[in-house]
Amino acid sequence: MRPLTDEETKAMFEKLSKYIGENIKLLIDRPDGTYCFRLHNDRVYYMSEKILKLATNISRDKLVSVGTCFGKFTKTHKFRLHITALDFLAPYAKFKVWVKPGSEQSFVYGNHITKSGLGRITENTAQYQGVVVYSMSDVPLGFGVAAKTTQECRRVDPMSIVVFHQADIGEYIRSEDTLT
Amino acid sequence: MASCSIEDVLAKAERDEAEKRKGITVNKDLDLEFDPGHLLAFDKNRIDNRELKDIKREDFLHSLARDNTQLLVNEIWKLPTERIEEVIVAKLPDPTTLLPRQKPAPKPKPPTKWEQFAKLKGIQKKKKTNLVWDEVHKEWRRRWGYKRAKDDTKEWLIEVPENADPNENQFAKRNKAKKERVARNEYNRLKNIARAQKIKVPGMGLAPTPQQSKAELAQAVNIAKISTASVGKFQDNLPKEKTPKNTGKKRKFQPLIGDFSSEKQKQLDLLKVMDSKKPRLNVTKAVNKQMREEDMESRQKNKKGFGKKGRKGNMSGKGKGKAGGKGKGKVPKGKGRKPQMKQGKR
Repeated sequence: MRPLTDEETKAMFEKLSKYIGENIKLLIDRPDGTYCFRLHNDRVYYMSEKILKLATNISRDKLVSVGTCFGKFTKTHKFRLHITALDFLAPYAKFKVWVKPGSEQSFVYGNHITKSGLGRITENTAQYQGVVVYSMSDVPLGFGVAAKTTQECRRVDPMSIVVFHQADIGEYIRSEDTLT
Repeated sequence: MASCSIEDVLAKAERDEAEKRKGITVNKDLDLEFDPGHLLAFDKNRIDNRELKDIKREDFLHSLARDNTQLLVNEIWKLPTERIEEVIVAKLPDPTTLLPRQKPAPKPKPPTKWEQFAKLKGIQKKKKTNLVWDEVHKEWRRRWGYKRAKDDTKEWLIEVPENADPNENQFAKRNKAKKERVARNEYNRLKNIARAQKIKVPGMGLAPTPQQSKAELAQAVNIAKISTASVGKFQDNLPKEKTPKNTGKKRKFQPLIGDFSSEKQKQLDLLKVMDSKKPRLNVTKAVNKQMREEDMESRQKNKKGFGKKGRKGNMSGKGKGKAGGKGKGKVPKGKGRKPQMKQGKR
C-alpha cells in the first residue's frame, strides 16, 4: 500500500471530475474525518485514516481490500472507475440520467441505454459527459457516458443509444471475483 | 623315428637355454649411456651401413634393438628394488636429461596498479613472518587466516566511540566494513586482470557501442554529470535541460502515513491547477448559445409581424450569466419542453 504519486492523483481526479466536477473537494476535505486515497496492487482505495492505521498491520500479500475501492490503474496507467465508487459519486453527481422501469433491467445487465428507456436527463448535458444513472425512484444504478447532448436526445429516434454503459450494480454479481 | 624326434627336441631345448644365457651379456664397443629416470639408453656405437642396406636389415635392426633393450634392463636391475604386493618394483632415480618445453614460455604479466606504484616509489616487498606472538593466548599464531593472532570478529565487546550514534550497532558496522573491503578487493583484482588482458570494462553500464541510442546517450550524459567530486551538485544545466529527479533505480514514494493535512493541501492545490487549466470558455457551448440566440431573434422577428409592438419592451428577462463550462444542471419537468431562457437585451 502506498499513497498515489502526483501523476496518478491527476489521472484519477480527471476521471472523477468527469462525473462529479468540482465536488471532488468534498471528498478530499471532509468535515467528519480525514479520508485519504491509497494504492494497493494497482487499485485505488478510499478510506478514513483510522482504517488506514489499522490496515498497516496487515502484510502486503495478505491484504485484499481496504475501505472502498474506487477503481484501478490499468497496465498502461489509465484510471478505470469501478462500480464500487458509486456510493461516493451518486450524491455529488453533476449530470444525472433517470431510466424507465422497463429498461432498468437491461441497463443492470450491462446494456447501453436507448432513447426509449430514457426517463429524464439533466439539462445541458454535453456529449460524452460522465453521467450517473438512476432509476425512476432515485436509486443509483450505475454510471455511464452521455452519447448525445440533451438537445439531441430530444430529436433522435427511439432506438439510438443515448447513454453508454460504464458500470452498473449488476456487476456486483457478474464480476464478483474481479471486484475485490 | 620317435627317438630321433626326442633327441631333436632335447637338443633344441638345450640350444634355447644356451641362447638365453648368452643373451644377458652383450658386447658393445662403446658403453651405452643410461638415464634410468626416463628409461632412456643412448647408444653411440657405429652402425655398419652395409648391414643396413642388406636384405636382412630387418633382422639386423631386430637384433640391435634386442641387445640395447637387454642392456637397459640390466641397468634397471642394478637399481634398488622393493616388493609391492608380490611384484618386484625398481625405484627409478630422478631423470638427468632435460627435455625441451612442451608449450611456449609464458609472457610476463603487466604489473598491477600496486606494483606500478611500488616501482614508482621504490617500495620493496618486506618479507613478513608467518607466525606472530599472540599476547592474549600466549602462543604463536599465524598472521592471518584460521585462528589468527588478532581476530577482530571474535571480540565480544566493542567500545562505542565518542562521536558515534549510541543506537548504532557496532558489530554490524564492523561486519559491513569488512564486506565492503572484501568487495573492493575483489573488484580491484578483477580490474587488474581486465587491464592485463586488455579487456574493456564498461564503467556503470557504458559498454562501448558504435551507435548509441537516445536513452544510452542520455544515460551517458547523466553519468558524466555526476562524475565530479561533488557528485554533480554544482553542475549547471544546459539552457533547456531538465535535472532528472529519479536517477536511482528505486522509485521513492511518499510515506504511507504521512502528514494528512499536507497531503490534503497538495490534492486541493492539484485540483485548483486542474481547474485553472480547463478553458473558461467552452467553445461548443458558446457556439450553441449563440445559435440559440440567433434562432430566438429570428423567431421574434417573424412574430413581430403578427404580435403587438409593446411586447418587445417586455422582453427583458432574467439574464442567466453562464460562466464558462460549468453549467448547473436544471431539471426540466417534461421532455419536450424547450428551455424558457430569456436573454437580457444586448
